[in-house]
Amino acid sequence: MTGINLFQILNGLTFAALLFIVASGFTLIFGLLRIVNLAHGALYLIGGLAGYSVAEASGSAALGAVAAMALVALLGAVLERGLMRFVRGAELRQVLLTLGVAFILDDIALVIWGGDTFTVPVPAMLQGAMQIGGVFYPKFRIFVLALGVIVFAALWLLLNHTRLGALIRAGVDDPEMVEASGINIRRVFLGTFMLGCALAGLGGVIGGAFLTLYPTADAEILVFSLAVVIIGGRGSLVGAAVGALLVGLLNSIGRVMFPELAYFVIFGPMALLLAFRPLGLFGKTA
Amino acid sequence: MATPISQAAPSYEARTRPSHVVGWIALAAVALIALPLVLPSYQVSITTQILIFSVLAMSIDVLAGYGGRTTLGHGAIFGASTYVVIYWTAVLGGGIWTGVALGILCATLLAAVFALLAIRTSGVYFLLLTLALGMIVWGLCLRWTSVTGGENGLRGIGRPEFIADHISFYYAVLLVVAPVTWAMWRFVHSPFGLTLRGIRDSESRMRSLGYNVPLHLFIAFVASGFFAGIAGALYALFNNFVSPSTVQLSQSVAALLMAITGGVGTLLGSFVGATLIIALENVVSAFTARWPTVLGVTFVLIMIFAPEGVVGRVRILLSRRRKRQSSESLN
Amino acid sequence: MDRRQFLKTTALTLATGAGTLAAPHIVRAQAAPIRIGLMAPQTGVVAAGGREIIDGFTLFWENARNRVGDRSVELIVEDDASNPDTALQKARRLVEQAKVDFLFGNLLANTGLAVANYVKGNGTPYFIPVIAADDLTQRSRIKNVIRAGGYSASQFSRPLADWALKQGYKKIATISQDYTFGHEQCGGFAQTFTEGGGTIVGQFWHPLNTSDFSPYLGQISGLKPDAVFAMETGADSSRLIQQYASFGLKGQIPMLGAQNATDQSVIRTLGPECEGIVTSAHFAEGADLPATQAFVKTYSGKFSKIPSLYAFSHYVGAMWVAKAINGIGGKVEDRNLFLDTVLKTDLPDSPLGKPVRFDDYGNPIYDVFIRKVVKNKDGKFWNLPIETYPQVSQFWKYDPETYLKQPPYSRDFQGIKKA
Repeated sequence: MTGINLFQILNGLTFAALLFIVASGFTLIFGLLRIVNLAHGALYLIGGLAGYSVAEASGSAALGAVAAMALVALLGAVLERGLMRFVRGAELRQVLLTLGVAFILDDIALVIWGGDTFTVPVPAMLQGAMQIGGVFYPKFRIFVLALGVIVFAALWLLLNHTRLGALIRAGVDDPEMVEASGINIRRVFLGTFMLGCALAGLGGVIGGAFLTLYPTADAEILVFSLAVVIIGGRGSLVGAAVGALLVGLLNSIGRVMFPELAYFVIFGPMALLLAFRPLGLFGKTA
Repeated sequence: MATPISQAAPSYEARTRPSHVVGWIALAAVALIALPLVLPSYQVSITTQILIFSVLAMSIDVLAGYGGRTTLGHGAIFGASTYVVIYWTAVLGGGIWTGVALGILCATLLAAVFALLAIRTSGVYFLLLTLALGMIVWGLCLRWTSVTGGENGLRGIGRPEFIADHISFYYAVLLVVAPVTWAMWRFVHSPFGLTLRGIRDSESRMRSLGYNVPLHLFIAFVASGFFAGIAGALYALFNNFVSPSTVQLSQSVAALLMAITGGVGTLLGSFVGATLIIALENVVSAFTARWPTVLGVTFVLIMIFAPEGVVGRVRILLSRRRKRQSSESLN
Repeated sequence: MDRRQFLKTTALTLATGAGTLAAPHIVRAQAAPIRIGLMAPQTGVVAAGGREIIDGFTLFWENARNRVGDRSVELIVEDDASNPDTALQKARRLVEQAKVDFLFGNLLANTGLAVANYVKGNGTPYFIPVIAADDLTQRSRIKNVIRAGGYSASQFSRPLADWALKQGYKKIATISQDYTFGHEQCGGFAQTFTEGGGTIVGQFWHPLNTSDFSPYLGQISGLKPDAVFAMETGADSSRLIQQYASFGLKGQIPMLGAQNATDQSVIRTLGPECEGIVTSAHFAEGADLPATQAFVKTYSGKFSKIPSLYAFSHYVGAMWVAKAINGIGGKVEDRNLFLDTVLKTDLPDSPLGKPVRFDDYGNPIYDVFIRKVVKNKDGKFWNLPIETYPQVSQFWKYDPETYLKQPPYSRDFQGIKKA
């Protein structure tokens, strides 16, 4: 078997970019609202499938992506306002409730889309391969890599250079304090929740274009996102990026070098890390 | 912080008179012994399944309800035992009872490894870490094809003659489950169990009182793994087949749901939870393929309306009534 | 409900018991319907295929007005949830509670193997049009498990390997899902290909549900083989075919595949990236055979899609078993007679388009098509036969006794003959 080369590293990086897009939404919600949203994978799946349908009908993948983000953000709002309000403050009840929601959303997706494997169509300008450092590489994957960087930059600017970002960061560190200063933290919470969900929807469309969408795709992406967020640390954008890079690269290298131990390669280091640094690489104590 | 799923009300002994407990247990015992005489064979095997999963759910409750640590890794511990029993008997050709003993031993050892890694964490982090550990076991069962049979799993060689049919196997399971339940009951109501509950309610207080918190949690986790291993070994005899779906996350989720439905921190509630979930699945899936939706809705409703579970809910209602009665009698 | 069911069954048993005493055989046969238990994944990862199992199977019985001979047929469908534990539980329910006369179905090998292990203990006839695990009709044959309308995994990849040799391919790499079904299909291919003088230059095994094939594609292109043999099912197949094209390998290295790789269930959601892939099977929806085209037309008309492996296999399986039941005047309760008759029944006029019969091991002998994915006149992709290998059994050209002495295919044993 061939060893590690540029090709495998690019594979790891592009997968990391997708993971970052999905996991950044997860970590935002986890960080600010203290909610481990186990329905995040299901939202990814629903978003991807809805994006697929819109893209097929309209012929525009971009429109599909926008529609997916809007729909999933809306679902997020319903979830936050409609269900999570009943279990506010009880961490474990929230986690388990979102697990129930994930079951329901998956089943709804199965009823609507029937369980076939779907691929979100890639725009013509992103089809085909291009040459990078001597290897042929699909243009679309390069685009995903770039998109990952763009999403990171946009979220970083949002969090560090806007008023909303300042509120979110303050909310992560000390929600009571923000509330005391007369700001409607609930609205900030809702906004963050919807943003986080929209990122899952965007991830679904992107992932749907190169990893395809099928029943149980949600659980797979969820488990990877969990690993990313646990490694990176709750609520940390940089942590999510570092975690995504680690998981993405470990996954693609592990597949080649240790095919039998693919899961060990990702979850082994994660379990060890968590045992010694329970809050992850960049996590802060609550 | 470690927030248990429901903050259990004052301790159990204070609220329920022992005579009630004995009466109910006697009634349940008679009912369980008489069941195969009235039920058709399929229902007997469903009841057997309920008994086995009750043990798994109780083992989760030992940790969740008394140690304040909710786990999503017990399906893997349970399934590890199932794998060992089937592998020992079907692949290596070993004796069934040695296999059962080895299965339980392996589950206990696995729980010890999980515990070493996980006891430093609490709350959501504990949940996620046990989930990840369970995923590793699942991945191993799936990929280590030469031993586990991979995706296709392993087929067993069947039960020994004297417990081969449904009814005798049911009684055999009952004969195991009864003392195991009693052992768990003793465990959580022992001084050790009391300390455990102290840790659940306030770790820092117990620490300042001089208790070795990690050691207590470690022992609780290992004991809980031992009980899950017993359930797993019984499941091997019951199903005569094992595959990665036996150790997968949904197994942990289903068992946790049973513990929660019955009532976390009630131990015996697990019987109620397992009965409700398994019966619901059997009834619902006869009418519709939308079982996942029904399961999801059940999960959501329980989390919103009855996080203390059925038995927990009943207890609260009873204690309210009792309070009212006692205040009335004072008047 | 359970209790009522129980009472009903009891009443029924008593009634038929009384009937047997009082009246001749024929009356009893008319009184009780034949109960068939169909298990199909309606939820879980292969739910789409499960839907088509139900569609194909019920289509046959609807056409037959739910009757066979002078007995009516009652169909009880259960969801195996793509999960062997659930499959086992549902099989128990069908046999012990619903008291079915025989079982049909299941899609994933692990569900089928779990159920087979269960019926081994109680003798319930179990027909498996999709479950392909070689040993079920080879080394660990179970008498009451019959592959009506099905095939054993390594059966069709052998003629494909023979065809590949004839195209002048010398070096082939295989990529496959890492489980028994994959090991067996690749084994059949690798053994025949190397025995004919070809070389297997690399074998890649990836876990089921691999989302990203890029690590393997990189390695495959590095090996520069003459062709690739792909053994994939469902979503994995869609992804591999797509990523193969997007990495630019499609034009460079021809792709051969197992029949499931270009089954309708896969290619109906794909675009031009699936065009030109060559596979082998006992059915080709593009075959210009009257029975095949009539079936494709009826099925497409009713379900607005071209039938997949899952649909046609279950239609054929139902047809086959129904013909056998007719032959014994509906007496499915006599299990030995029923099973023996099924095995002796030939099926000349099924949607497969060619006559089929069983070998001595409960596995059918088929005319196998080498098929190529092309666009049909409606603009849909389908499999068109380009060559036919007549009368292919699960033992290919080997003597069954000798063949069964070699170990079953696995990751480690692929039957590869060293040059």
